[in-house]
Amino acid sequence: MNRAAIAAAPATVGRALTAKRRDLRGAAFRIVLLGSVLIAIGILVTLIVDIAARSGSVWGERSVTDLLTTEMSADPARAGIWQAFYGSLILMVFTAVLAFPLGISAAIYLEEYARDTRVTRIINANIRNLAGVPSIVYGLLGLAIFVKLLGAITGPNVEGRSIISGGLTLGLLVLPIVIITTAEALRAVPSAIREGAVGVGATEWQAIRHHVLPVAAPGILTGTILSLGRAFGEAAPLLLVGGITTFFSSGGAGFVETLQGRFSAMPVLVFSWARLPQAEFKALTAALIVVMLVVLLLINGTAIFMRNRFEKGVRT
Amino acid sequence: MTGTGPRPETRRFEVAESAAPAPATEPLFTLEDLSVSYGGFLAVGGVSMDIRPNEITAFIGPSGCGKTTLLRCLNRMNDLIESARVEGSVRYHGVDLYGPRIDPVEVRRRIGMVFQKANPFPKTIYENIAFGPRVAGYRGDLDDLVEESLTRAALWDEVKGKLDEFAPALSGGQQQRLCIARAIATSPDVVLMDEPCSALDPIATLKIEELMMQLKEDYTIVIVTHNMQQAARVSDRTAFFTVDVKDEGARTGRLVEFDDTGVIFTSPREQSTEDYITGRFG
Repeated sequence: MNRAAIAAAPATVGRALTAKRRDLRGAAFRIVLLGSVLIAIGILVTLIVDIAARSGSVWGERSVTDLLTTEMSADPARAGIWQAFYGSLILMVFTAVLAFPLGISAAIYLEEYARDTRVTRIINANIRNLAGVPSIVYGLLGLAIFVKLLGAITGPNVEGRSIISGGLTLGLLVLPIVIITTAEALRAVPSAIREGAVGVGATEWQAIRHHVLPVAAPGILTGTILSLGRAFGEAAPLLLVGGITTFFSSGGAGFVETLQGRFSAMPVLVFSWARLPQAEFKALTAALIVVMLVVLLLINGTAIFMRNRFEKGVRT
Repeated sequence: MTGTGPRPETRRFEVAESAAPAPATEPLFTLEDLSVSYGGFLAVGGVSMDIRPNEITAFIGPSGCGKTTLLRCLNRMNDLIESARVEGSVRYHGVDLYGPRIDPVEVRRRIGMVFQKANPFPKTIYENIAFGPRVAGYRGDLDDLVEESLTRAALWDEVKGKLDEFAPALSGGQQQRLCIARAIATSPDVVLMDEPCSALDPIATLKIEELMMQLKEDYTIVIVTHNMQQAARVSDRTAFFTVDVKDEGARTGRLVEFDDTGVIFTSPREQSTEDYITGRFG
């Protein structure tokens, strides 16, 4: 641009800079995105409102504690969810104890130690595939191995249809998810931190233990706790490995006997109650779902709380 | 590599005072025909040079010429990159650093490193310094060592009241001095610096440069820099690297010239060195 053109600038520049482009595509795209959000939220709200409304008649007559602490029954007026609630909690603990250490260790090995070879790439790809395998397939696996093959150990008096079998099956189900989320959390740790640690003469293990893991911990915790939420909501595999829905006694047994004993779980109970003809059970099902949603919310809330705490902890 | 000595009339850079021809000493590092390749591509090839103790040696050259790659061979940091292959030899006090029984962790305790981007650990200032000595099994008083290291890195006065604060909250220049303090806390012989000032403003840069001048009393420093004034100001010897681009697009760095800094910046032997330092590099 020559000097004359620059001298004539103000008017020209003013014209050039004045908006004349109507970004129609951009606007349309934005509307589509917003629409997607609204549809997703709309469906969710509808579901929650619907379930809450259906469960209304139950809350009118019974308290939450009554429902939680009453044992299961074929009589809707006396039916509670105690065994299912209790069963779900034990299953969660069992799953966590089994899948967290195993999954986190496997992920640390794959991310930090294993060399990037064909074999590790194949293993990684397969772990991703495993995370996508339908849960009913895990149920079949659990049925074949933990119930049939190892029944004498998992539940000698209940043909293997025990909490141990259910917990092992759910553990297998969430294992790939735990590995993947942990691996992602580790990958998100800047390599500058590893280099810094190794650069001052730390061994690989010291760098991982003192620097990589603390930085990755919030992500690992969040991912693993969320995977518990997945296990908590699964009905299909538990139906296969023997989660039951009729009355059974849950009292008076020792620790091992409890683990080897029969069990129920909340999603399994939802499945069976929803098929019962009585209208009262429909309402009870809705109430049970509300309880499940609250528990899920607690699990996810814990994940968020832990993450925030850990992130603060790293900052002290 | 005998230079003709500084010719004041052709000086384009202010050259450090100590750049007078150094006395002949035993080299600390001896590189012989050193080549590094990443996944089969030669990144830098055929480098032979001696690095003397208690001097500042600068590596300069255009991007991709392998300066950083070479620097990372000196304390086996390239081990962290899986695809890296090192050929030739790096001898340190006469010992082959890539010998079969060498423990890279021991190497790095003696040859510390400061990185291009300040990378303090996301922990307290104190923990940043204490980590290296602690993993090395330091038995003395850690508090004293932390103070001493921070003092030598010219950071103590700025952080003495807040050692338990979060290190990444420091300013960029302070973070980099913290990283230098962290590197010298393990009492290394050598500190490798990979463009330590590239993200810093001129004032912070000046502080780091002053620090380097003090540190060379006790340490040997090898610095990679893109800033030629910096190389001229602080270093005793300068190595100029360039990059050859092959037809297939493969880029391989090589050492062009290595001499006293005064010689490199005033009367280099090679035309390409002259072109680079005068900014005519194509």
